[in-house]
Amino acid sequence: MLRNVLLALAVLALLSCSRQAAPTSTQLSPAATPPANPELVLATTTSTQDSGLLDVLIPMFEKQTGYRVKPIAVGSGQAMAMGERGEADVLLAHAPDSEVKFMAGGHGVDRKLVMHNDFVLVGPGGDPAGIAGLTVAKEAFTKIAGSKSLFVSRGDNSGTDQWEKKLWREAGITAKGQPWYLETGQGMGLTLNVASEKAAYTMTDRGTYLAMRQHLHLDILTEGDKSLLNVYHIIVVNPNKSDRINHAGAQALSAFMVSPGAQQVIGEFGIAKFGQPLFFPDAGKPE
Amino acid sequence: MDLVWDGIAQAFWLLVRGDRETYQVILRSTQVSGMATVLSVLVGVPLGTLLGLSRFPGRNVLIALVNMGMGLPPVVVGLLVVITLWRSGPLGGLHMLYTPQAMIAAQFVLAFPLVTAFTLASVQQLNPKLRTQILALGASRWQMLLLLLREARLPLLAAVMAGFGAVISEVGASLMVGGNIRGLTNVLTTDIVSATGRGDFARAIALGIILLALVYAASLAITTIQQRTRPS
Repeated sequence: MLRNVLLALAVLALLSCSRQAAPTSTQLSPAATPPANPELVLATTTSTQDSGLLDVLIPMFEKQTGYRVKPIAVGSGQAMAMGERGEADVLLAHAPDSEVKFMAGGHGVDRKLVMHNDFVLVGPGGDPAGIAGLTVAKEAFTKIAGSKSLFVSRGDNSGTDQWEKKLWREAGITAKGQPWYLETGQGMGLTLNVASEKAAYTMTDRGTYLAMRQHLHLDILTEGDKSLLNVYHIIVVNPNKSDRINHAGAQALSAFMVSPGAQQVIGEFGIAKFGQPLFFPDAGKPE
Repeated sequence: MDLVWDGIAQAFWLLVRGDRETYQVILRSTQVSGMATVLSVLVGVPLGTLLGLSRFPGRNVLIALVNMGMGLPPVVVGLLVVITLWRSGPLGGLHMLYTPQAMIAAQFVLAFPLVTAFTLASVQQLNPKLRTQILALGASRWQMLLLLLREARLPLLAAVMAGFGAVISEVGASLMVGGNIRGLTNVLTTDIVSATGRGDFARAIALGIILLALVYAASLAITTIQQRTRPS
């Protein structure tokens, strides 16, 4: 009897606390005409989140439209897996090969070029593999493998990770499984920390590196290769994936990301703090 | 080491300056884990009492399950809660994923076996004769239960503390079901993870120190009650 009463109380408490959430969530969207379904799940890359770019863009979008975005920072691999299941409404990814497959598989309905930045190879100042100043990524990878210098990989199937794996493949090197090749399975920030502590090489997007530079014992050694371009697309998930998808919201965010206002913010982001932009707006440009 | 001093200094300034975001994160951590603890007590104390006082077939199987529950890996709980709350999952219609409520649910799953097991232990350590004595004095079953729980109140406080301490310092499940959304589901532990990922070590250490202070404050409060109400 006592148990039943207390169980009932517990259920009531759980219900009441989930009810409390509803009003607070609507208070956050002050737009004049709030959309019917204001909640929007954006699966995004860790690099856009860690650099702070989304902290600027998303409030801007929310203010303009009244949507409330839940940015879930995961690797591009997981972002697309979420899209395939209809667990996210819209994706911001930087893994072009997987994205093309994603679109071909009918998982997305609209894919737009948003911006790019670039990858750089960073490593210890001593540079045991001698890759400093190289401008061809393939050569740098060959030298790292040849000298068996420690290399730390994300190993998390993110956009950066997929790109790095592709460069190893193109250099004709099987890095995976080698004793000098470490995989963290973590985001870029953590991987940079590991590389720094182990005096190892790693490939990173420039933005995350610049944001963390002051704590790292790593220098940019190889940069400027065309094969190191890091391109971001926004993908609207196929609304047929789930009847709970917020398709209108996804389209609104997609349109916002390529709008002149957002593109200007993207181009100026980071200049004040790092003296150089972290991203370059690309909306409307050919691939 | 300079990072640690930076962190301590920053923790101090975040608190003294009244940094709004920091206070929101502290408040959210306390609310989420506090609510999860309250729910675990509401379920765990009756369940633990029942298991401790009654004898029925299969009781040992249940107790073993509860004991196993004490060692539930938070990431596994997080994963299961995420899959359940997915849009395509059985409870997808609740739209609870990436909300503080989802975090409360996951932390509840982690905390209630702890509370149940501690309750079970504290009820069982009471002198079995006490029960017959209370009943012999003409108490109803309800009165007996309340009296027994009153006798066991000190170990029960330890149960509350264990539950709260476990969930407020837990990160795996909270990160997965909450998504660490700034201003909505970021709590102290998930914020420490993301600050570390960003390379913002001073903030990570500052939040870590605040988390430690919070856990200490809670433990101090409970210890104080315990010491004051110690039966002579």
